[in-house]
Amino acid sequence: MEKATTILNLTEEEFVHPGNRACSGCGLSIVYRIGLKALGKDTVLVVPPSCLTVLQGLYPVASTKLPCVNVTFASTGAAATGVRAAMRALKKNNVNVVAWAGDGGTGDIGIQALSGACERGEDIIYICYDNEAYMNTGVQRSGTTPQGVLTTTTPIHGKLQEKKDVPSIIAAHKIGYVATASAAYPLDLYDKVKKATTISGPRYIHVHTPCPPGWNFDPRYTIKVGKLAVKTGLFDLYEIENGVFKLTGASHYLLGKTRLPVSEYFSTQGRFKSLDAEIVKKVQQQVDAKWATY
Amino acid sequence: MHIIESGNVAAAIGVKLSRAQVIAAYPITPQTPLTEKLSEFVESGELEAEYIPVESEHSAMAVCIAASSAGARAFTATSANGLLYMVEQLNWAVGARLPVVMCVANRGIGAPWTVWNDQQDTISQRDVGWIQIYANDHQQIIDSVIKAFKLAQTVSVPVMVCYDGYLLSHTYMPFEQPEQKKVDAFLPAFAPKHFLDPENPGNFNTVTLPDIRPDVDGNMAPGYIEIRHNLQEDLRAALDTYVTIDNEFEKEFGRGGNPFIEEYRCDDAEFVAVCIGSLSYQLRDVVDIMRDDKVKIGVMGVQMYRPFPDQAIVGALAGKKCVIVFEKALSYGNQGALYADIKSALYSSEKKPRVHNYILGLGGREIKTQHLLDALAQSCTSPDTFGDSPRWIGLKL
Repeated sequence: MEKATTILNLTEEEFVHPGNRACSGCGLSIVYRIGLKALGKDTVLVVPPSCLTVLQGLYPVASTKLPCVNVTFASTGAAATGVRAAMRALKKNNVNVVAWAGDGGTGDIGIQALSGACERGEDIIYICYDNEAYMNTGVQRSGTTPQGVLTTTTPIHGKLQEKKDVPSIIAAHKIGYVATASAAYPLDLYDKVKKATTISGPRYIHVHTPCPPGWNFDPRYTIKVGKLAVKTGLFDLYEIENGVFKLTGASHYLLGKTRLPVSEYFSTQGRFKSLDAEIVKKVQQQVDAKWATY
Repeated sequence: MHIIESGNVAAAIGVKLSRAQVIAAYPITPQTPLTEKLSEFVESGELEAEYIPVESEHSAMAVCIAASSAGARAFTATSANGLLYMVEQLNWAVGARLPVVMCVANRGIGAPWTVWNDQQDTISQRDVGWIQIYANDHQQIIDSVIKAFKLAQTVSVPVMVCYDGYLLSHTYMPFEQPEQKKVDAFLPAFAPKHFLDPENPGNFNTVTLPDIRPDVDGNMAPGYIEIRHNLQEDLRAALDTYVTIDNEFEKEFGRGGNPFIEEYRCDDAEFVAVCIGSLSYQLRDVVDIMRDDKVKIGVMGVQMYRPFPDQAIVGALAGKKCVIVFEKALSYGNQGALYADIKSALYSSEKKPRVHNYILGLGGREIKTQHLLDALAQSCTSPDTFGDSPRWIGLKL
């Protein structure tokens, strides 16, 4: 394993123009900027409708310095397959083919095409930025919205169901590399994307991505909120490399230590304000039980 | 070389000769033997291409869209509900101006389930902007596939090559297999001006505003409506392009003629039966019988449905006494789509014929030659009293 990247040796090359259309405090703009630094120039991006479509700009202006094909919502995994197939047919072998989608585009409408691509062993990197609802259309619930969260389609009681565990679903395809990361830990994200570029076959990285307007917190707290999700043990940073699971970075550091209570995370965001004590207690128990297995 | 093969295999050989580089497909009857054959060509090394066994038709077209965007020649095939499952992608492929070629073995659509032939699947997609070519026999299938790749990449519009399920897809017929070196001379490699290229990055299919907008150099870029207008203009111009391509094909292979319509005994005809697909050959038998009884009747098969070759159709039909349109599809709640299109094309003609509409063969209902004869005899005997509603042939109510 190479030494972890630090702020001192992180590449200064940028592939995202400043002044793009992301909201202030957008977690995705961190994830995207850092992710593209790790991918480098020889990359083709495949993007379904999502906040990223907006961030990338309106024709004829684009905020990304990499080739990108915008594709239909449900087709991302298959479209990435098609780009890779063309690259093989045209004998262009040194290109990263990278699908970049939101959580709804990945775990809900896009899961069939992604599952197909994983099963076929397509040589693609798939990055899901998980802001835990359909943010681009105005904060509707998704399969990856956590339980109890207020969204515009769960406006009073909050979402009744638990969050879909998409990285585990992808890991069940037994692909070579599955990782989670967080916008609040950009260097950990950078190293995971970088590692993904050195592996062939399907690679999946699921990135927890705080969203100030969607989660109802002040834009200056994006990193704080993202870190709390990790420090409370709700969202864990890990890698599953060839089937071997290991916690990484800030989550690894938590092993054997006392985690912050989940209520501390919930209290930072307006989206959790209808949570009752029962659910908070249940979630704390679930987190404790999960960590007991680590 | 003359060979005897099924219509699906004729299509597969056409795709192989056209050197498709990326093929993606999902099984659906009656198209499946075509892609089975292609997977065999690829696995055996006869065709150097990527074969992607996708998990759905929506993904099949996604692979073709993305591969074509990256500069590869892409092909898929489907039928019926498979075609309908990719409707969003059909629109995407044409909006992105990608020269994907797709074969459709025509089949009725559910519900209720049917696997048998009619043409509701592709006719229902006439308005998405794809070019639609219909083949009447195996020779036309293989030739049309090769011509389709050239037309698609010349005008940057995807092309559907359609042929009747089972009647053509699964029947065996002799046909001439074009020589590879002649196909190579006819069909140049796909070399698009814009493709996904890290050396020259671009953002494709970006959100586009209602109005025109300056780019970073101050040049005005089109809005959505200009882009769509260009598509319409290019589709209309594709009619002439297809004539040129058909002439080039004839020079290379010796087979050509009118690429839009195929006429049989129409020169002195007062009555013309019109249809799309293999039915035109059955109608020739009926016409021969009626000609023996001194009825001046002919058959016109429509081989390109979109863009609609209205001039060729008006040229063939204006001045006739009566045109009888037989359709294996229907614009539900109105009339046959071809019937409506033909009437529309003839509207500005000074010598308008009567136009009749028959619906038949839906879901594979057998089309009996006697039924065709009875229908045509009725139309020819009383052309003026038919009315504007379609009549159904062979119904057992």
